[in-house]
Amino acid sequence: MLGRRGSLRFLAVPPFAWLILLFVAPLLLAILISFRGERGPIDFGSLLQLSTLQYAKVVDSPLWLRLLGISALMALIVAVVATTLAFPIAYFLAFRARHRAPIFLVLLLVPAATSFLMRVMAWKLLLGSSGAINSFLLWTGVIQEPIGLLLYSQAAVVITLIYVWTPFAALPIYGALQRIDRSHLEAAADLGSGPWSRFWRVTVPLSLPGVLATFFMVFIPTVGEYVTPFLVGGTDGIMYGNLIQDFFTRAGNWPLGSALAVIMLVTTLALVGIALRVVNLRRAVA
Amino acid sequence: MTATTRRVRRGAIGVGNTRLPLGPAYAVLLLLLYLPIVLLAVFSFSANTSLSFPLEGFSLDWYGKALADPALVGAARNSLVVASTAATAATALGFAVSMAVLRFRFAGRRLLLALAAAPLVVPFVVLGVALFLVFNLLGVPRSLMTIALGHSVVALPYATLILLSRIIGLDPALEDAAMDLGASYPTTLRRVILPLVGPSLLSAWLTSFIVSFDEVALANFLAGGDPTFPVFLYGQLRFAGRLPVLIAMAVLLMTVTIILTLIANRLRSRHA
Repeated sequence: MLGRRGSLRFLAVPPFAWLILLFVAPLLLAILISFRGERGPIDFGSLLQLSTLQYAKVVDSPLWLRLLGISALMALIVAVVATTLAFPIAYFLAFRARHRAPIFLVLLLVPAATSFLMRVMAWKLLLGSSGAINSFLLWTGVIQEPIGLLLYSQAAVVITLIYVWTPFAALPIYGALQRIDRSHLEAAADLGSGPWSRFWRVTVPLSLPGVLATFFMVFIPTVGEYVTPFLVGGTDGIMYGNLIQDFFTRAGNWPLGSALAVIMLVTTLALVGIALRVVNLRRAVA
Repeated sequence: MTATTRRVRRGAIGVGNTRLPLGPAYAVLLLLLYLPIVLLAVFSFSANTSLSFPLEGFSLDWYGKALADPALVGAARNSLVVASTAATAATALGFAVSMAVLRFRFAGRRLLLALAAAPLVVPFVVLGVALFLVFNLLGVPRSLMTIALGHSVVALPYATLILLSRIIGLDPALEDAAMDLGASYPTTLRRVILPLVGPSLLSAWLTSFIVSFDEVALANFLAGGDPTFPVFLYGQLRFAGRLPVLIAMAVLLMTVTIILTLIANRLRSRHA
C-alpha cells in the first residue's frame, strides 16, 4: 500500500520534471545560445563555445535598445490606462452592483473571452483608411477625405492593446476588492471618516497588491508583443518583440535573437522584482 | 420592502465609498468594449468585403464558405486537439502541485509553487524562442504536440491558482478519516478528493483550454506545417479578400469559447 510519503513523490515529481524540461531548461538554453559567436545549426557538441559577440552587437546598435525603451514605455501606458479603466469597472462590480453583480460580471466576461486576434482585427477594421470610422465619418459628411493617420502607428498599437486588456484587467482587481473586509470600511465610517477618505485610506491601500498584480499581468505580455504591432502597427509601430521574432524567422540569426530575448527577460524580471520590493515595504510600514 | 432589508441596504450604501455615478460609467465602458466586436460580427453577416458604411445586404455566405474551406476547418480542429491536450496536462499537473504544496512539507515546496506560477512573468515571445531552441536541439520536429507542450506550461499557473483556492478550503481530516479506515493514499485521492474538487477541476480545465485555444504568440514559434486556428489566422489576416471568411469562422469559434468561459465562471463562483 502506498503511504503518504510515497504519494508525495508521485505528486511532486511530474510537475517538477515538466517545468524543468519545458520551462527552466529552455530559458537556460536561450541564455547559452545568446553567448554563441556564430549563427548556424545548434548541437550539444558546440554548446559551450561561449562568446560575448552578440551582446557587443546589441551595445553597438543603440536603435535596438531604444526600441526596448519605446516598447517598455508603450507597455507602461497600456498597463496604466487599462488598470485605471478596469478599476472603476471592478469597483462597480464589487461595491455597487450587489445582487446584480453576477449578471454584470457575465457581461464583462464576454468581451474578455472574445478571440484576441479578432479584437485586434476589429480595430484594424475600425481605424483603416477605408475602415469603419473613416467611412462612417465620410457617410455622415463630417469629413470629405479619409483620415490616413489612424492605422499603422504606435498610437494604433497602444489603443488596440488597451482595448484588448481592459476586460481582463478588471477580473483580478474585482477579486482583490471582493476580499476587502467590509468591517474595515464600517470601522472607518464609525470613526468619522468620509466617503473619499475611506476610499483613499482604506479601499485603495487594501486593493494595492491586486492592482499591482494586474498592472504586471498587462505589462509583461505587452512589453513582448509582436502580433498586435504586426497587424495594426505597420513599420512605425513595431516593437522590440518584432525584432526578436524577425531574428528567429526571416533574418535567421538565433544567437542574436536569443541575446535580445535574454535582455528583455532580465529587464522584465528586474522590474517585477523592484515592484514586489516596494509593495512589501509598504506592507511592512503599515 | 421590509424594515430589515431597508436597513441592510442603507448599511450597504454606508460602507461604500463615494457616490459617483459608477453605473452609467460601467455601461459606457461596456458599450465601448462591445462595439468593435459587434461591428465585426455584423460585418460577417453582410455582403460587403470591407467594413464600410452603409452595410449592404444580410447574408450567410461567408459562414457557408468558411465551413466548406478544408484549411479553415482543419485549423479549427487542430486548435481543439491542441487545447484539449494542453488543458488536460495543465489540470493534472496543477492538481498535483496543489496537493503536494498544501498537504506536504518538503524541501522544494516553495520552489515548486514559484515554478508553477513563474510562466506568468515571462513574456511569451521569450518562452516561445526558448522552447523553439530546445525542440531544435533535441531534434523534435515542430508539430501540434510541441504547441500543446508549450501551452501546457503557460496554462499551468491558471490551473494551479484555481485548484489551490479550492483545495485550501478542504478539511485534511477527510483524508485522514479515509486513510484511518484503510484506504491507500491514491484511493483517498480518487474516491474522496477528486469528487470534492470535481467542479474546480472542470473549471481549471476549461480555463486552460481557453488560454490555449486563443494563443498565438507562443504557438507561432512552435507550429510546424499544420497550424492551429490562431496561427493560421495570423498568417492570413493581411490578405484583405480572405477577411470575411476568416471572421465568420472566428465568430463561430468565439461563440464556443464564450460559452465555455461562462460555464467555467459559473462552476468557480458556485464552489469557491
